[in-house]
Amino acid sequence: MRHVIIGSGVAGIAAIESILSVERSAEIIMLGDDPHGFYSRPGLAYYLTGEISDQALYPKTREDYKKLGFTYRQARVKKILRDETSLQLDDNSLLTYDRLLLATGAFATPLAVPGATLQGVVKLDHLNDARIILKLAKRGRTAVVVGGGITALELAEGLLARGMDVHYLLRGDRYWSNVLDEQESRIIEARLQVEGITLHFHSELQEIIGRSGKVNSIRLKNGKTLKCDLLAYAIGIQPRVELAREAGLQVDRGILVDEFMQTNDPNIYAAGDVAQVFDPITGHSILDSLWGAAREQGCAAGMNMVGRNTPYVKSIPFNVTRLAGLTTTIIGAVGHGRDDDLVGIARGDSETWRELPNAVIAQSGFDVNRVRILVGEQKLIGAVVMGDQTLSIPLQRIITQQVDISPMRDRLLAHDAKLSDVIVDFWTKLKS
Amino acid sequence: MAFLNIFKRSARKRTTLAEGHVVPDAARCVQCGICTYNCPIEIDVRAHVWRSEAINRSECLTCGECVARCPRGVLRFERTDLFAAGAS
Ligand SMILES: Cc1cc2nc3c(=O)[nH]c(=O)nc-3n(C[C@H](O)[C@H](O)[C@H](O)COP(=O)(O)OP(=O)(O)OC[C@H]3O[C@@H](n4cnc5c(N)ncnc54)[C@H](O)[C@@H]3O)c2cc1C
Ligand code: SF4
Ligand code: SF4
Repeated sequence: MRHVIIGSGVAGIAAIESILSVERSAEIIMLGDDPHGFYSRPGLAYYLTGEISDQALYPKTREDYKKLGFTYRQARVKKILRDETSLQLDDNSLLTYDRLLLATGAFATPLAVPGATLQGVVKLDHLNDARIILKLAKRGRTAVVVGGGITALELAEGLLARGMDVHYLLRGDRYWSNVLDEQESRIIEARLQVEGITLHFHSELQEIIGRSGKVNSIRLKNGKTLKCDLLAYAIGIQPRVELAREAGLQVDRGILVDEFMQTNDPNIYAAGDVAQVFDPITGHSILDSLWGAAREQGCAAGMNMVGRNTPYVKSIPFNVTRLAGLTTTIIGAVGHGRDDDLVGIARGDSETWRELPNAVIAQSGFDVNRVRILVGEQKLIGAVVMGDQTLSIPLQRIITQQVDISPMRDRLLAHDAKLSDVIVDFWTKLKS
Repeated sequence: MAFLNIFKRSARKRTTLAEGHVVPDAARCVQCGICTYNCPIEIDVRAHVWRSEAINRSECLTCGECVARCPRGVLRFERTDLFAAGAS
């Protein structure tokens, strides 16, 4: 039986590992259009800041791949021919499959303003994008960043680390308003300013103005202009669903799959950023753009492709990230509404984070160590832990394992509750 | 002098090893490679994390470089008492 995997990201690699763990001699062909194959995409941010080299981004060595044993071909798939169970590649050759996995990921939503195709308009999607940014990021020059979520900050901080004068434009009055609360946004904004990034609120980009084909300045909707040499954007991502849609598979925002990661064609599966997965907690199908979720989904898809029925139970999403140098863990449902700086979902984001049901909010901490938890009737629904991460592991477990919190609920919600003491006390008793 | 340095290093290694080893919370890891990149003796920490394995390599200096640099709070020291564990 031939297993074909489209996409060389973490979902695809995880699927290969699980297929081979069951069928050591399975025939597997991975097709990918990224010339750099499998690398850590979240790691690109640290490559920009100079914390690691590009060589350090590759989790697997040649020997690792040899040991695994599969065929890799650098190729772009143009079409899925479902009736013939085959794929048409960019050189028009055909490749047949018995089982197919679509692990095509997502791409950065393009900027739709005049001037968006000028040289110097950049995004952070692939390793090649990071290389282009590093080539253009010249010390002492000016960069403007637009967009929201984690990637916009990673761009701003990366450009700052390269010695650029960085301006970050926000459409509204605060950063990542549908995930963070106001105090959390303010903490991040203050830190960005201390780092040396200039924030512009209520500032919407209208046009990028070029000279000799290169970025020269920008004009805002309010009429102001700003001279700059680089414009970096991160306004959200879009799952790469074109192949699936053209092939008549069921597609909503992502490719719709059942709990076995199977599409409406029994020979075709989807996993990772491209898959829209049923979430038993919220009752709808959800998109995540999370490394961990992509790996888990790839793993489950692989098992199902070799006939080991393995349902994927969507777990409560969480991400640990660094916002303005501050380690921040986001778990479960913590916000609501929309953020004008983003179109749909961002990188390192989950739609679940904005599915905030009725919950009471408890928070404590000041300055940079802050905890916010969302307390449901019997469970904790979500949490944001900024700075000191002592509480993030207990909270991660309490929320993802849906532990009954009745014994500490009143204490959590008491006026002036010391959240950390209450949680640590509860956690210690729970473990013993 | 050089001899002394070698001695110092191995003495340190012994005491620190008795204190703990590095264990991962793999679900937090994004395979960015910062840990491996910063390990002074080139242990592929990231590969251990991918397999959800503790860094139980005897040559680990338990210097804490990987723990401190991981941006995602994946790694921590877990106390081990080699003697109590029956390693007599
Ligand atoms: C800058 C950045 C920061 C991030 N930060 C975080 C974070 O903090 N935390 C977190 O959890 N996640 C983060 N992510 C998201 C995380 O990297 C993704 O969730 C994960 O990589 C998804 O893996 P995947 O395998 O589904 O898709 P991808 O890694 O996108 O891989 C898909 C592959 O398919 C290939 N492909 C697509 N179409 C075709 C075709 N037709 N033919 C051939 N090949 C094709 C693409 O080239 C790509 O290589 C970040 C991502 C980026 C880019
Ligand atoms: S530094 Fe942390 S997140 Fe990065 S590969 Fe190592 S353990 Fe994983
Ligand atoms: S503790 Fe030090 S020696 Fe041991 S794996 Fe981490 S960085 Fe390497």
